[in-house]
Amino acid sequence: MGSIWEYANPKKFIATTDRLLPWVSALALVALVGGLIWGFFFTPDDYKQGSTVKIIYLHVPSALMAINAWMMMLVASLIWIVRRHHVSALAARAAAPIGAVMTLIALITGAIWGQPMWGTWWEWDPRLTSFLILFLFYLGYMALWAAIENDDTAADLTSILCLVGSVFAILSRYAVNFWNQGLHQGSSVMRAGAMMGDTEERVSNVYAVPLFVCIAGFILLFIALVFLRTQTEIRARRMRALLARERMN
Amino acid sequence: MIALLTRDLRLAVRAGGGFGLGLAFFLIVVVLVPFGVGPESGLLSKIAPGVLWLGALLACLLSLDRILALDWEDGSLDLLATAPLPMEAIVSIKALAHWITTGLPLVLAAPVFGLLLNLPDAGYVPLVISLLIGTPALSVIGTFGAALTVGLKRGGLLLSLLVLPLYVPTLIFGAEMARRAIEGMEATTPLLMLAGITCGTIALLPFASAAVLRVNLR
Repeated sequence: MGSIWEYANPKKFIATTDRLLPWVSALALVALVGGLIWGFFFTPDDYKQGSTVKIIYLHVPSALMAINAWMMMLVASLIWIVRRHHVSALAARAAAPIGAVMTLIALITGAIWGQPMWGTWWEWDPRLTSFLILFLFYLGYMALWAAIENDDTAADLTSILCLVGSVFAILSRYAVNFWNQGLHQGSSVMRAGAMMGDTEERVSNVYAVPLFVCIAGFILLFIALVFLRTQTEIRARRMRALLARERMN
Repeated sequence: MIALLTRDLRLAVRAGGGFGLGLAFFLIVVVLVPFGVGPESGLLSKIAPGVLWLGALLACLLSLDRILALDWEDGSLDLLATAPLPMEAIVSIKALAHWITTGLPLVLAAPVFGLLLNLPDAGYVPLVISLLIGTPALSVIGTFGAALTVGLKRGGLLLSLLVLPLYVPTLIFGAEMARRAIEGMEATTPLLMLAGITCGTIALLPFASAAVLRVNLR
């Protein structure tokens, strides 16, 4: 076993992910189906929110992945800037649409949840607003990738945009916090005190356990999709190179 | 450096467009708002600081692609890149020239346009201060966006998509400061945050812009 840098070799990356992909996808499927069925049908209704509470099994994991996908893109962009491994640039490119979709899912499920609970589909609440801004960042990132023809230039520019964008995303998060007080509750899933057994202020275990299964399912799904999409990108690029060589002869 | 600055300024003034266009656009935005929301003066004075900030921001955005595009087309950007001046200095000068030709006139015109929107008396000084402090950040961030999209043929729309999300914190703190001052609340916190954003972007973003421009000139 060597270091992780071996996977900078596209061939090695494809070989390894080919072996991992069925397992990861199967596990993701099991966790998602299991977690969602468990969550939707085998947990009691909340005494205040009724059955609407169950949208949490989609809302929280997708919101989590929306942020984590951007983090992954940030790390991949840094690796590209520092070590110039093409696989990492392609992985960042592959992750962006997934992250954007996750953000959209979080926003839509949030609206569906907010309608009965807060009586409104949309509110200019800091959390909601910063997710909308995050979605705009995803759009800009993907648009820049799509707009530039030269692959290396596109990788360079988008990775720098990702770095700058991360700083501004965090800035916006705090600016938005300052700008308006919100309806959205704070994090009640993973609070330090809650982990120590203080069950007063957090999601009860009846809901938390299937929720963690769903989160695991979303993470596995994300990994599987990134593997798949990165493979596709590598193969598409290989194909373009072959076609270009064909035309030369 | 000074030679480059005066050259850019002279080009902006003589080539037409840059100077007047931003201001005219700002005026049109301010004129259109009452048509959109109705001429009620109470409502107008309530939204005036926000509208003025938005108008300034959009006027800034409109002139962004001119920062680098012309120099890119006629090749003078390549010449500048081979000059002894570091790329970071070049983009900083470009941003400064953009601010002097677009940001500064907007700041100076804002009180006059404030009259049109029935801006409360307490709002004039804070609004001008917040614009004065905030618009340099808009120029610097915009230069980064212009550097990102300089090689593209139809970069205008993409440029707005990239730059507008980056403008969010500046807009929030700038408009918030003016609004708080009008309502008689404490306005130093947003003012300091705004100043912090401006200083931070001026200090750090030219490095990113220069890196991006080097990639594009490769």
